[in-house]
Amino acid sequence: MSSPDDLLYTKEHEWIRVSDNIGTVGITLFATKELGEVVYVELPKVGDRFKSGDAFGNVESVKAVSELFIPVTGEVVEVNDDLGNAPEILNEDPYGKGWLIQVRMKDPSETADLMSAEEYGDYTKEEE
Amino acid sequence: MSENKKTALFDVHKRLGARLIPFGGWEMPVEYSGIAKEHTAVRTAAGLFDVSHMGEFVVHGPQALDLIQRVTSNDASKLADGQALYSALPYPEGTVVDDLLVYRYNARHFMLVVNAGNIEKDFGWISSHNRFDATVENTSDRISLLALQGPHSTTILQKLTTCPLDKIGYYHFAQDKVLNAHAVISRTGYTGEDGFELYFDSGHSESIWNALLQAGEPHGLIPAGLGARNTLRLEARLLLYGNDMDETTTLFEAGLAWIVKFDKGEFIGRDTLLRQKLEGVGRKLAGFEMVGRDIAREHYPVFVDGKEAGHVTSGSPSITLKKNIGLAYLPAEHSAIGSRFHVSVRGRLCDAQVVATPFYKRR
Repeated sequence: MSSPDDLLYTKEHEWIRVSDNIGTVGITLFATKELGEVVYVELPKVGDRFKSGDAFGNVESVKAVSELFIPVTGEVVEVNDDLGNAPEILNEDPYGKGWLIQVRMKDPSETADLMSAEEYGDYTKEEE
Repeated sequence: MSENKKTALFDVHKRLGARLIPFGGWEMPVEYSGIAKEHTAVRTAAGLFDVSHMGEFVVHGPQALDLIQRVTSNDASKLADGQALYSALPYPEGTVVDDLLVYRYNARHFMLVVNAGNIEKDFGWISSHNRFDATVENTSDRISLLALQGPHSTTILQKLTTCPLDKIGYYHFAQDKVLNAHAVISRTGYTGEDGFELYFDSGHSESIWNALLQAGEPHGLIPAGLGARNTLRLEARLLLYGNDMDETTTLFEAGLAWIVKFDKGEFIGRDTLLRQKLEGVGRKLAGFEMVGRDIAREHYPVFVDGKEAGHVTSGSPSITLKKNIGLAYLPAEHSAIGSRFHVSVRGRLCDAQVVATPFYKRR
């Protein structure tokens, strides 16, 4: 499974796309395959603040619920409301229309700990 | 930890791209093309399940029926040859060793079908109470079990057998050939849908599996895993041992009074169960719907009038009904249809309501 090169990845299978000090966060294709059909997404509100590694929401599939962990410290500035009525977007387009939240990052240097697409590819190979 | 067992079809499932998970000591396919798709196929067309992990015991001898009557709660004396029955193995306390199917070939020859995770426990339990002229043999490792479930099951299976399937009534079975294999063709299942369960020597697994998939392809048949099996059985309010009942819950608490027959004579657990029937039980397994969009899952705590009062034993989205459903033990006085309570979903108290079950009933 190839992952987009312009994103950074966590061990918990989230991705983040960084543009200036704004990070867009989602979950990876690998994660959506593991979950199966997503039926419900629970997301935070605009203005909520999180520290890197905090649980910021949940994704529910038919068979299980999985926590979402934020890769960076910051404040939520936008939430993907489309997922409320159409959670299946997450399965269809996890790196595009299925994005979860945007955060204003407090410390952009935190992304140094995250994996590149290539590193994430090797990591998921081990997990399989 | 010992390695999980594999059914005869393990490599076939891998080739089909199934996700495999450990279940009851077995490595089993949980899904192939997606739980919702497989679930819908069973409700509208057909699905094929490998459930060879289930255990089979053969009981024979002049007193085979006496042994079965002694260890089970339902009345197997009512069975005709070629008929099957849902029953349970109770403990003396009225709690549950396992639930099972009892098949009668003839008065001296029966088959018991038990849950995979309980095979050794059940075999030990039944054997320890066998003071009858009967032998119990665990044939689980030699037998494969495929479940063909869904409204198109008869059409599909009929292509592989000359056995007149229309003549087999619900909870009856025939012994006939499927392809060239001797099989028990049983009109039973764990999905709430019409269908068949096929028991045969595991050497024939791959040929029968492939032939069924091929015969069923034009009728919408797809392979289905334990994930869909679980959502299907929950909609039909078929209980899962280890979740909805176990050695800590009695048959009456679990709503299984209909498989407890006091007029059949002595059986293990009879005294306790009879007392429960007269005195009533303090808690009951109730079916519920979530009022909002939150999904109840097993082990989530249940609150009545602000106090923790039990837990969810099974919970999931209902794919057929587009609601979130579940089963939970509730105080008996709070288990009537329409009663409101809360399920704690990750610390938030969410509204739930007791509803009539089965949640889904086929037309």
